[in-house]
Amino acid sequence: MDTTQYLDVFIDESNEHLEVLSNQLLSLEKDPQDKTIIEEIFRAAHTLKGMSATMGYQDLADLTHKLENVFDAIRYDRITVQTEMMDVLFTVLEQLHAMVEDISSGGDGKQDIAAVVQQLQAIEDGSGLMHATKDENSHKTDVAVDITLDEYELSILEQSAEQGFHNYKIHVRLISDCLLKGVRAYMVFDALGKLGEIIHSEPSVTELEEENFDDTFTIIFVSKESEDKIKSSIVNIAEIEQVVIENFAADAGKKTSEVVDKKEGSPSQAAEKGNGNTSHQAPAAGHKTIRVNTEKLDSLMNLFEEMVIDRSRLEQISSEVNHKELQETVEHMSRISGDLQDIILSMRMVPIEQVFSRFPRMIRKLARELDKNITLEISGADTELDRTVIDEIGDPLVHLLRNAIDHGIETPEQRKSKGKSEQGTINLRAYHSGNHVFIEIVDDGAGINKEKVIQKAIENHIITADQKHALTDQEAFELIMESGFSTADKISDISGRGVGLDVVRSKIESLGGSVIIHSEHEKGSKFIIQLPLTLSIIAALLVKLQTEIYAIPLSTIVETAIIRKQDILSAHQKKVIDFRGSVVPLVFLKDIFHVPAQEAPETDFLSVVIIKKGEKMAGLVVDTFIGQQEIVLKSLGNYLTEVFAISGATILGNGKVALIIDSNALIK
Amino acid sequence: MQKDENANCKAIVFQLQDEEFAIPVEFVGGIERMMHITRVPQTASFVKGVINLRGVVTPIIDLRSRFGMEQLDYNNATRIIIVTVDNKEVGLIVDQANDVMDIPQSSIESAPNVIGSVNADYIEGVAKTGDRLLILLDLQRVLSADNALQTPEVEGQ
Repeated sequence: MDTTQYLDVFIDESNEHLEVLSNQLLSLEKDPQDKTIIEEIFRAAHTLKGMSATMGYQDLADLTHKLENVFDAIRYDRITVQTEMMDVLFTVLEQLHAMVEDISSGGDGKQDIAAVVQQLQAIEDGSGLMHATKDENSHKTDVAVDITLDEYELSILEQSAEQGFHNYKIHVRLISDCLLKGVRAYMVFDALGKLGEIIHSEPSVTELEEENFDDTFTIIFVSKESEDKIKSSIVNIAEIEQVVIENFAADAGKKTSEVVDKKEGSPSQAAEKGNGNTSHQAPAAGHKTIRVNTEKLDSLMNLFEEMVIDRSRLEQISSEVNHKELQETVEHMSRISGDLQDIILSMRMVPIEQVFSRFPRMIRKLARELDKNITLEISGADTELDRTVIDEIGDPLVHLLRNAIDHGIETPEQRKSKGKSEQGTINLRAYHSGNHVFIEIVDDGAGINKEKVIQKAIENHIITADQKHALTDQEAFELIMESGFSTADKISDISGRGVGLDVVRSKIESLGGSVIIHSEHEKGSKFIIQLPLTLSIIAALLVKLQTEIYAIPLSTIVETAIIRKQDILSAHQKKVIDFRGSVVPLVFLKDIFHVPAQEAPETDFLSVVIIKKGEKMAGLVVDTFIGQQEIVLKSLGNYLTEVFAISGATILGNGKVALIIDSNALIK
Repeated sequence: MQKDENANCKAIVFQLQDEEFAIPVEFVGGIERMMHITRVPQTASFVKGVINLRGVVTPIIDLRSRFGMEQLDYNNATRIIIVTVDNKEVGLIVDQANDVMDIPQSSIESAPNVIGSVNADYIEGVAKTGDRLLILLDLQRVLSADNALQTPEVEGQ
């Protein structure tokens, strides 16, 4: 079978199931008794097995099959969940991840699974003997309990028992070469009919008449006669090999029926599991979804971006033409495309859970490797971010978390001696605020040692000894994000090669975000990452410098102000203003951007855009404000990369290109 | 094989000052008339800025200024030749676009040290066809990005 066309779906779904496995394994570790968790794991393993077998990934199928066996055993209480087991299970999970990754990067998912399979087998065999005998038992009783009674029949049995009748269960076996099975069965019924009443037969009477049964049938029979008399009346019939009569209690019937239900459950379980996906996800999701190729979403976005440019062009034309009907139509179209924009953007939004979900496993593993006791608390995993941001944010977060584990949280002994609880906590929080998403990584570890940071920074020539006194705490902490900086005394695999945090910072800044560090000695540190909601269409303030138009992203703007020239103060040869009680340095964009000088009428007022980066502010001096507009971010291409203080360009309504100012670069 | 002898290289021929230059057509994405250029600050003086090329923001280089020739006001004949080299799409401002012609491989000679006013570093070869002398540009070198940014503004306009 050519399965390539299903490969994408396979990989997507496999990852989803692995995600489920990973989450549930973690919860199982906390609550080993919870049956719903075990069921969930079993189901995920089972589906994964089925899918990979269909796709021809034998190793993947084998491994998941073993995993499934183990959880099948757990689910029927043949073995219990033990802590030692968890490590093996997590190893299995790692291996499954590696396999799926291999497949998604074009490999065949082949891995040496012998070792883990053996370990799984050992787990399964942990109580394997017991499980085998139990299994045989259930086989033996199988024949005997193979009966379902409905409530009516049960009530008859109860009543007859009350009235002094005997309830019998009669098991009749015909000889294997019996020619007239139907007739023999009829003769048995007839004989019994004279002695009492037949309540139920298995198979049913019709089936017996049609000879639609093997060699045996079972009858529930109510009678006042003794067992022996009944037996003798039946064995006289020819071609009957064996008759077993036993007493049958009505409540036993109830019990049996329960057992039978369970038994019946197992064959149909396969079917249930087959579509288990839908049945167990549907209630959680609550609404219908379809899978759409992300490329289609991207091209939808690109097309829409073109439309946004045309929209602003139309808006401009209609305001120039001054035609009422045209204006109304354009206004209406603008509103609709605004709604459309919201929907398209929201379609590209993905919960950050996708990124977060792999962290618990990672933290658990690292904490074990480093002999630290750490819990990870995640909140706000449902916070949504643009897919492009989600794709990029994983690595920086991994880095920060590794840092927190390696440098932040102390060993249990150290923690004890400091009077903290032995278990360290890392909080991973995500939340929306305004046009931004914030991700915080908070640990209750040792915090950043400011003196040590400064000393190291001087050693590594990041700052000079003279500068050190002028540094605020904030500035000192930010030194750890300079390139060529590492404070770990001991270099571990996990972090501390000195090439980490600067990469984190530049990655986040390339996403239009920023990193802020708070830390308190011996109390812990807090890394706050601020990210824009979306990267492709943003709201911006258009400003004019002479004849040139520039766009400033609204997300960085605190407010705009008109100030009087005489309010400008001088501090350290820099021009500053007093803005609502704080001293804000002024940045004259015309000078920075070398805007060709033109004769401009001298005014007593300056237009200033107050921008913010973390705690710091600056005032950008411009000529005039034009207004707010939705703009489409475009890159300057591969030829012009990293132009100072320009983060990209956009196309205005008049078809001209305007540059977008990177405010982060203008605040020092 | 005949190929080496008779193979032709199709090239766009354009003019800068009084010299004729040629770029192989496979690099050329189109030839545009002069349009509004948005200046990009803090770039080399020969980077004139960016244009909106049907929705794609495209950087523009003034070839006269790139080769240190005398500046000329743009006029009706001025063209922007859009080229794509090493994944970089750039527009080149030239005095005028003259021709598309087949240059026989056999007529191409390696460049002498200095030819006309352009440094030999940027020249791949020289072709003589009839009485015309065509200078074949080495676009990779012309567009090497490392010098697009650093030279801070020394406007020679």
